[in-house]
Amino acid sequence: MAEATEIAQPSAEAAEERKDESSFARIAKYMGVRVVFLAFTVVIGVYLTIIIANMGGYVDRIRSGAIREAIALQVAEDPSFRQLPQEQKNELIADMIRVEEERLGLNRPFVLRSFGFLWDALTLNLGRAENMTSDSGSRQVRLILLERLPATLVMWGLANLILFFLSLFFGLALSRRYGSFLDRATIALTPTSSAPAWFYGLFLILIFAAILKILPFGGMVDAPPPENPILYALSLAKHLILPTTAIIIGSVFLNAYNYRTFFLIYSSEDYVEMAKAKGLSDREIERRYVLRPTLPNIITTFALLLITLWQGAIILETVFNWPGIGRAYFTAIGLFDTPVIVGNTVIFAYLLAITVFLLDFIYALVDPRVKVGGGRGSV
Amino acid sequence: MSGFWTRLKQIGRYPSAIAGVAIILILLIVAVYAIITIPYDEAIRLWRGGEEVWYDSPKNAQPTWTNLFRRSKLPATIVLDSRDGTVEKSFEVVDAEKEMTDIWFAFTFDYPYDEFPREITLFFDAEYEEKLPYISLTWLTPDGREIRVADFSLSASGTYRMSQDEKLQRRLDGQLPHVGLFADPAGSPDSTEPVALRGTYTLEVLALTFEEGSDVDAELVMYGQVHGIAGTDHLRRDLRVALLWGTPIALAFGLLAAVGTTITTMVIAAFGVWFGGWVDETIQRITEVNLILPLLPILIMVGTFYNPSIWLMLGVIIILSIFGAGIKTYRAVFLQVKESPYIEAARAYGAGDMRIIIHYLVPRIIPLVIPQLVILVPTFVFIEASLAVLGLGDPSLPTWGKVMNEAYNGGALYQGHYYWLLEPAVLLMLTGLAFALVGYSLDRIFNPRLRGL
Repeated sequence: MAEATEIAQPSAEAAEERKDESSFARIAKYMGVRVVFLAFTVVIGVYLTIIIANMGGYVDRIRSGAIREAIALQVAEDPSFRQLPQEQKNELIADMIRVEEERLGLNRPFVLRSFGFLWDALTLNLGRAENMTSDSGSRQVRLILLERLPATLVMWGLANLILFFLSLFFGLALSRRYGSFLDRATIALTPTSSAPAWFYGLFLILIFAAILKILPFGGMVDAPPPENPILYALSLAKHLILPTTAIIIGSVFLNAYNYRTFFLIYSSEDYVEMAKAKGLSDREIERRYVLRPTLPNIITTFALLLITLWQGAIILETVFNWPGIGRAYFTAIGLFDTPVIVGNTVIFAYLLAITVFLLDFIYALVDPRVKVGGGRGSV
Repeated sequence: MSGFWTRLKQIGRYPSAIAGVAIILILLIVAVYAIITIPYDEAIRLWRGGEEVWYDSPKNAQPTWTNLFRRSKLPATIVLDSRDGTVEKSFEVVDAEKEMTDIWFAFTFDYPYDEFPREITLFFDAEYEEKLPYISLTWLTPDGREIRVADFSLSASGTYRMSQDEKLQRRLDGQLPHVGLFADPAGSPDSTEPVALRGTYTLEVLALTFEEGSDVDAELVMYGQVHGIAGTDHLRRDLRVALLWGTPIALAFGLLAAVGTTITTMVIAAFGVWFGGWVDETIQRITEVNLILPLLPILIMVGTFYNPSIWLMLGVIIILSIFGAGIKTYRAVFLQVKESPYIEAARAYGAGDMRIIIHYLVPRIIPLVIPQLVILVPTFVFIEASLAVLGLGDPSLPTWGKVMNEAYNGGALYQGHYYWLLEPAVLLMLTGLAFALVGYSLDRIFNPRLRGL
């Protein structure tokens, strides 16, 4: 909630300057400020990653590895060098590497170089993997990771959509039945959210895959993948059930409880009493007077939840053998493939920023304070 | 602060909080017990020890108490040693000229189980100069049969793996030795599966030595299918060690991380509010940036590149959480407290900035902070477990997460060794649940805003 007032401030100042500004312009301006801020965050996150990685000289090694490979290839392919004896060739390569390193400034102090690394990372110029290859056989870290991104997005997108709407309707239902058995049971179940999704994932695998043998242990589709798109989708859906359920169980009770509390706070407002007195239906009241003012708070809470959930991707995908970027991260740790680890952290920083940006956008759409440009009083 | 204690006493009204406190107390007792009975170095030695430490315990054996839920009882491990005085040894000189002596002893034991042991191994301990003793083994069953097990010259290692003796297997009509030796010849009336015969068995060892003063001792290990209170893993290690030692580690890690992050966050929020202006502004912006930093990937990177030591992880977590989300909440409260008359009074008598922050501002929000602190504990316990499950557990200490990692990689789910994964998981869940139960109850006591709802 503190976040909400925070965000409203710049637009409140703007409102004093030009009162006739349109909603669209205000939202655009608000989003502009957020984009700048999030870009700044990504830059800091990536820079931190580089500093940590390079304390042991790992980024340097990625860079010089890439240079060495490129030059060796260049020399090997050039027909004019083909006649040279191996010794002379090696000398030539060493010479060219030195020139190239000087050109790229690898011999400069780290502080200066780190900005070069930063630019590379931000433009997703992530270097070449040491051990891993993409399914298409490329060693480009960017390709390895981008190839796996859709799998991650499918699972997390679906799980989070379900989680959001389920918690919302569950929360609404609880606020209607305040004090009932269901309500108290949910409160009692909120501590379950202290365990992460992968933890429930292990239990689900144990029950449904190992003991009951009705759902697969993991993976994304059956092997071999079905040719028919409908069968493919069915197989994908079957494999999605357990990971999605794990994500939902890990958060839904605490989430529904939080939303319910927001709803209860807003449904004790005077204007709700007024609406009741006017004889509006419960559904109408809920939609227009309770849900609407609560949404900004709910979105802020959900954004915070998403940030933590994203980070669980690494381990959840590992547990479910899901071929996404989280699992790539795990594989990279096992192979000690530094470029992939650094590149993956960069991608994570981007993903978090994009998630927050999208939620900010929805926030701007639903929060009247952004649209109208007033402070709290104008709600 | 008196209000604080009276409020704290209300915790007795919440049954969930009492349950939580009880679980935490039990965990604390277990932690103390673990540290006292298995000292730190001993725990590390045991857990990193290989076959030389754990040679007499079975691989992947379930906990003994699982027998309570089974109709046909699984055997526990039986260890008999001729050196511990329970076995009578007789010496008989066969040929004094050639210095040949017969050493005879027998292992007699009761076998009250319906299933078969997993393996049988004899570890010989022989004293000799050059000439290896010659061993003959005979097996006596409760129904009076006598089975010749083996005759062999002792090998240098002194280990005889009865279960892998192919000659014996042929003599037992192709049954695996550890099955054939215990099988009831009558069989079972309603199945073709062999059934174990209960009763008293004897293994006679006759050793012929060829040197003066030569001696032979043996240790008979019949590896069971259940072992101890917690069972064993794929390296024969008793899981009890890891489960016991995991408790103090999990509690210490969770509590230290929660206390460390909460205190730093609280103090920084107080500084920001007290000095206001650009200090406050900077802290606010840093917090927002910090919120979006990927904590787990950064921890993984540190663990992979430097050292996955649990204490380094703790340090990194605290550093990255200094500007945590809590700052926003605490700031809102500090802003109100800052305007209170007693702060005004403190300022009037000339109290310094530090004095006001540490002595007057910070103590005021302790009631608000305590529930948050307790709720945070499980988060960190699970972060440690997450890192361990990813294979970045502390290199030397046994933790719950490491057991889960080994269980998962060892195929516990595919091979049906569920206990291996479930035991640490249940302990983790209990710990998480206990702190969450107490935390949420405290939150309702100290933040009455929620109590009405």
